[in-house]
Amino acid sequence: MNPFSLVGKTILVTGASSGIGKAIAVSCSQQGATLIITGRNEARLLETLLMLEGEGHEMICADLTKMDELEKMVEGLPKLDGIVCNAGLANPLVLQLTEAEDVDKIMQINALAPIHLTRIVLQQKKLNKGASLVYISSINGNNCAYIGSTIYAASKSALTGFMKGVALELAPRGIRANCINPGMIETDLLKSGSIGQDELEKDRLKYPLKRYGKPEEVAYAAVYLLSDATQWITGSSLLIDGGYTLQ
Amino acid sequence: MEATDFIKNFAAQFDDTDASEFNLETRFRELDEWSSLNALAILNMIGKKYAVFLKPDEMKPTNTVQELFDLVQSKLS
Repeated sequence: MNPFSLVGKTILVTGASSGIGKAIAVSCSQQGATLIITGRNEARLLETLLMLEGEGHEMICADLTKMDELEKMVEGLPKLDGIVCNAGLANPLVLQLTEAEDVDKIMQINALAPIHLTRIVLQQKKLNKGASLVYISSINGNNCAYIGSTIYAASKSALTGFMKGVALELAPRGIRANCINPGMIETDLLKSGSIGQDELEKDRLKYPLKRYGKPEEVAYAAVYLLSDATQWITGSSLLIDGGYTLQ
Repeated sequence: MEATDFIKNFAAQFDDTDASEFNLETRFRELDEWSSLNALAILNMIGKKYAVFLKPDEMKPTNTVQELFDLVQSKLS
C-alpha cells in the first residue's frame, strides 16, 4: 500500500479557485482523494473543479468570512478526512496607513475564517477519526517578517498558534493539525503588479535556490501532511522556502 | 485634487525631512531618508486619500512630486 495515497479520503480545500489552493486540490485529486472545494469566485472555482482527476468532487461557492455562509456550508458537508485551510489575503500596506478595517479584513480572512471553520466543523462532528488538518501559514510572521505586512504577519502567526492548540486538543481522537510555511510562491497575485517587476526579480535572487516556489511544491507538502505517511506528525510547521530563512 | 494637500500628504510619509522642505519640484528619490518603505507608504497614501491604486512600476518613472501629482491626476480624470 502506498502511504502517500489519498484514495478513500474526502478532503475540503478552501480558497481553491486560484494559486496554491487550486494546485492543492488538483494534487489531492491526483492522489485519489474526493474533493470539496470552496472559493468566492464561481467561474474560477468551476475551472478548478474541471481540472480535478477522478469523480465525485464538489464545489461550494461561499464567503467564509460570513458566519452564516460558513455555518450553512459546514452543515452540508459529509464527514471529512482532511481540511486544507488555504484561503488568504496579502496586501502590502505600511502600518502608519493601516486602518481598523484593514486589520479586520486581513485577520478575518487569514486567521478568523480558518479558526471558525475548524471550530464549526468540530462542533458539527464532521471530522473522521484520524483526520488531518492543514493550515497554509507563511514564513512571514513565523520565521521572518517583511516591510508592509505587519498585519499579515500577525494573522499568520495567529494561525500557527491556533494550529498548535488544535493539535494538542484533538490528539486524543487521532486528529492531526499542521502548518505549511511557504516562502514567496509564484501565483497570479504576483503577476497583478502590486509589487514591481524589478523588486520581484531582486527578491527572487535572495533565495538560496534563486527562485520563488511553485504552487505545486506547496501542494505536494499538503498531500504529504494529509496522507497516512504522516500519522505521527502533529503540531509541526513544514518550512518550504528555498532556503530563504537560513540566512 | 489640490496640489497643496497632495504635498502635505506626501510629506507626512517622511520622518526626518521637514514638511517645509517639500514642494512640487522636490526630487524625492534624492532625499537622504528615501527608502522602499517610503515608496510603499506613498503608494498606500495615494490609494487611501485619492482612491488611485498605482502599481509600483507605474510610480517608478516619476522623480519629482509634480510628476507623481500629474500621474495621480491623470488617473482621476
